[in-house]
Amino acid sequence: MSMPFYVPPEQQMKDRADFARKGIARGRALVGVQFEQGILLVAENSSSTLRKVSEIYDRIAFAGVGKYNEFDQLRQAGVRAADLTGFQYSRLDVDARSLANQYAQIMGQIFTHDSKPLEVEILVAEIGLTSEDDRLFHILYDGTVMDESNFSVLGGDAEAIIVRMRANFNSGFDLSSALRCAHGALAGSDRQLSASDLEVTTLRRGNGRRCFARVPEVDVQLMLA
Amino acid sequence: MAMHLFSPDNNPGSSFMNLLSAVGVQTPAPQSRIDVPHATTCVALRYVDGVLMAGDRRATAGSLIGHRGMEKVVQADTFSGVAIAGAAGPAMEMIRLFQLQLEHYEKMEGKQLSLEGKANQLSMMVRGNLPAAMQGLAVVPIFGGFDALHETGRLWDYDVTGGRYEEREFVATGSGSLHAGTVVKVGWRTGMTRAAAVSLACRSLWEAADADSATGGPDALRGIYPIVAIITSAGWQSVPDDELASVFQSIANEVQAR
Repeated sequence: MSMPFYVPPEQQMKDRADFARKGIARGRALVGVQFEQGILLVAENSSSTLRKVSEIYDRIAFAGVGKYNEFDQLRQAGVRAADLTGFQYSRLDVDARSLANQYAQIMGQIFTHDSKPLEVEILVAEIGLTSEDDRLFHILYDGTVMDESNFSVLGGDAEAIIVRMRANFNSGFDLSSALRCAHGALAGSDRQLSASDLEVTTLRRGNGRRCFARVPEVDVQLMLA
Repeated sequence: MAMHLFSPDNNPGSSFMNLLSAVGVQTPAPQSRIDVPHATTCVALRYVDGVLMAGDRRATAGSLIGHRGMEKVVQADTFSGVAIAGAAGPAMEMIRLFQLQLEHYEKMEGKQLSLEGKANQLSMMVRGNLPAAMQGLAVVPIFGGFDALHETGRLWDYDVTGGRYEEREFVATGSGSLHAGTVVKVGWRTGMTRAAAVSLACRSLWEAADADSATGGPDALRGIYPIVAIITSAGWQSVPDDELASVFQSIANEVQAR
């Protein structure tokens, strides 16, 4: 019988975090940005069937970057948790803060206890009745939750994208200006991104009960032109 | 609220009902026969733009009126609706579950169920209610919607065992269905206009209320009119009360002039 080597907890956590970060950095990035009527979510995603951004509930959307099967499993867990709460209590009792906390619990648990941490970062976005009540909860692979305002950037090359977003963000954005800002930040100065490279969705106030909508490619093209 | 991560072998999939049983939320059927408020008459018919569904507003508890403003015709999702007769409590619960089931599937899968798939889903729910139906809590729905694939309105009715029957013209359910159904049967024509369909549905509910004590007529005093809704390529729309008020007024005038 060989004895396992002692690995100090600091080293263990660092190794796991490096592993997760590497996995996430390989994927394409995603931006969530507030505009006048709600929140715009733009992901760099050339597939029109495998989604990175989806609807969770009436006013809540989910976005994930990293390993598809892992964030999609989290997405499904979120839809289930939200629909169960809405069914057992009321639709008004479903909120992003609670969902974000539960995601944080699960991701933190997996990070410390499972053989491999999740290689994902997720965003839980919720629109309120006014833009002051909009929420962007950014959750990391280890369960760290960040309550962000104005905009949120996830995935590979996030630091550079944040710098570009900060330079161009304006709190009075309409939809097309917000889209142009997100598009420019994702592309940077040395890359071209066309409408078909983007997955564009909105959570928009005044869109009826279910506020989530996908923006068709032709509309994206028009707004970027 | 609890968030569940399921492993692939016990994953409930896109079904909300499977999810409910996987997390242990279940409504047991009663052990003996019980009397509860009952919802009564609903009719549905196909017309040129799609389907029309209509239902009176009364719920009865024995020979008493339990509720005057019950809504038995409800939207299931953008392109479909359910009309329900039978035990009011289980019926409302079934509608709520059905609406949620359609939305849950859509969110999980990223696309809507086909209209046929929705009709089958409702059939399974009615079948699941059979133990309760044996104790007097029968629920008998009508399902109607606009089938985008075939570009036409479609209608289904059900029996208590979940038997599912697609109807080509019209269907009626509930205690007043004999009278309401007969009126629709006599008046129904191929390619009816919206106005003709609304008028025929109102007429059928009028006659049902006239002959069946459990069916409520238009209540001009309280401003409570039957729910009439149409489902077309543009989706679900309910017919406004003031339009119904004038349709019922003309029926009343006609009856008075006899």
